[in-house]
Amino acid sequence: MRRASFHPHPVTRGVIGVLVGSFVLLPLLATLEFTLRDGDAHSLVHWAAIFDPAKAATYKPIWVGLSNSLVLMLVTIAVVLLLLAPTMILVNLRFPRLRRSMEFVALLPISIPAIVLVVGLTPIYLVIGRTLGTGAWTLAFAYGITVLPFAYRSIQAAIDAVNLATLAEAARSLGASWPTVVWRVLAPNLRGGLLAASLIAVAVVLGEYTIASLLNRQNLQTALVLVNKQDAYVSVIFSLLALLFCFLLLLIIGRTGNLGAARGKDR
Amino acid sequence: MATIAPERVATTVVLDGVVKNFGQTRVLHDLNLTIRPGEFVSLLGPSGCGKTTALRLIAGLEEPTGGAILMNGEDVTGVPTNRRDIGMVFQSYSLFPHLTAIDNTRFGLDMRKVPKDRARTLAAESLELVGLAALADRYPHQLSGGQQQRVALARALVTSPKVLLLDEPLSALDARVRVQLREEILRIQKELGMTTVFVTHDQEEALAISDRVAVMQGGRIEQIGTPEELYLTPATADVAAFVGLSSLLPATVTGGVARIWGRAVPVIGAAPDGEYRAFVRPEHLRVARAGESGMRGTVEASILLGSSRRTELRLASGEVVAMQHGVSLPPERGDEWLLVVEPAPVVVRPLA
Repeated sequence: MRRASFHPHPVTRGVIGVLVGSFVLLPLLATLEFTLRDGDAHSLVHWAAIFDPAKAATYKPIWVGLSNSLVLMLVTIAVVLLLLAPTMILVNLRFPRLRRSMEFVALLPISIPAIVLVVGLTPIYLVIGRTLGTGAWTLAFAYGITVLPFAYRSIQAAIDAVNLATLAEAARSLGASWPTVVWRVLAPNLRGGLLAASLIAVAVVLGEYTIASLLNRQNLQTALVLVNKQDAYVSVIFSLLALLFCFLLLLIIGRTGNLGAARGKDR
Repeated sequence: MATIAPERVATTVVLDGVVKNFGQTRVLHDLNLTIRPGEFVSLLGPSGCGKTTALRLIAGLEEPTGGAILMNGEDVTGVPTNRRDIGMVFQSYSLFPHLTAIDNTRFGLDMRKVPKDRARTLAAESLELVGLAALADRYPHQLSGGQQQRVALARALVTSPKVLLLDEPLSALDARVRVQLREEILRIQKELGMTTVFVTHDQEEALAISDRVAVMQGGRIEQIGTPEELYLTPATADVAAFVGLSSLLPATVTGGVARIWGRAVPVIGAAPDGEYRAFVRPEHLRVARAGESGMRGTVEASILLGSSRRTELRLASGEVVAMQHGVSLPPERGDEWLLVVEPAPVVVRPLA
């Protein structure tokens, strides 16, 4: 028996699903088809070329960019998990009055275009360049800011779903030190939110071009643009792979969210 | 159950002139309270009277603005919560959602670096003590509210804390479970002989399980005493009004004796001669015997309390009084009764 009339009919749902699905899938399939083109026929020649030693020099920027982006992912996740999350826990437990201002600050970057952000960041990166060097990993500080709104929302949603203060006080009364409270009691209960924040950080870092390009750092996206000028096929292959990787991450986020919801329903 | 029972001597807890401010507001005024070893003391009062704040100060979850907190003579005012060796059960469900009942219970033992096998045995015993041994591997969301509070109690008891602090642990439960669990708390507390502080706004609960009750009002302790003392000889009008049910009857005091409806009744505490209102308990009103004079009242309502009946009567003056009597007396709405005051000591409040 169907429950409520405002649930769309299965056929309507199917049509919407196919329409939206094809909107997303068609460009991807076209991209895939492009990478398989070999004159008038189709083959895996461009995919195989990635591993061709003769072209190694051409593709080198991609490998450099990819490894830089992987390092950036890790440092950005560290910023989210080791700086943002503990700060949010502290604000929620000890300084709840600061919550509104923190939320405002955390959501601000979403309204600032990356190019404007760079204008502000340039003088700061001059200082960073002099003190910490010009390594690509230093971009993670800027990425920490661009990731902030998304990471903040997902962590705050997890915090709102549990009674943070009582859990912390219960653990304290049982003899736990503050680091133990955070590590053994709060983190496991905020796991869904922390995981989502980390995966979103990964997705943002993998897709970021403007800041890296304007600050003269090399990451996956700047490398793709560079290589595109010499070999459009390989840059498209890597774009496709990066996109699929992000889809996969979003799927994982969705699944962990569902798991959390299912556990909540048992209550 | 010998393993959990603390071999240590039960703890004396002293609040010595404790003051607490929240910003500009003073919520506790010079609180002095000594809780004897193994004693079950309740802090009773309406919401906002400071009872929970007092408990949180003992736990170390709040810092006092002034005064000191001592456990067994040792000043623990500056000692953080996790080193006070307390057990606490909270009003809201506080079990760790990601741990099973048994893992929740052994958490405090793990913090104290108790060897794994021993921790598991002790935790299992503690769950058995609260009657939940069979549900040890359930997660909190698979337990009812009452079961969750039992696990919370087991978790608080398992470390044999110096003092057990209970912050309205029963208020979220339904009436039947509440009575059941409070009797169990009392049984376990007596069995283990642990010094216990219990915060509640429910006077029936406080009177039923405490060795002594501290009635709080506006950040001060109005009176501390056994349930009988509070009920029979309330120190102030506030205590008389808060503990138990009373009818307020006009009284004329001369030389420490009140005249209520023409009968002499002793007054508790000092009251200068004058006009007052007296707090008269329902069981201290009765129907006049033949030949006795009294006050006429008309039956308005009557409820059966089980073994007795409480009837409300309207007097000619328009006031409504409550009296308690045997079930055998059949009240009918509109019946006219002649009422008499028993000469049991009363508390009086000035008219103004």
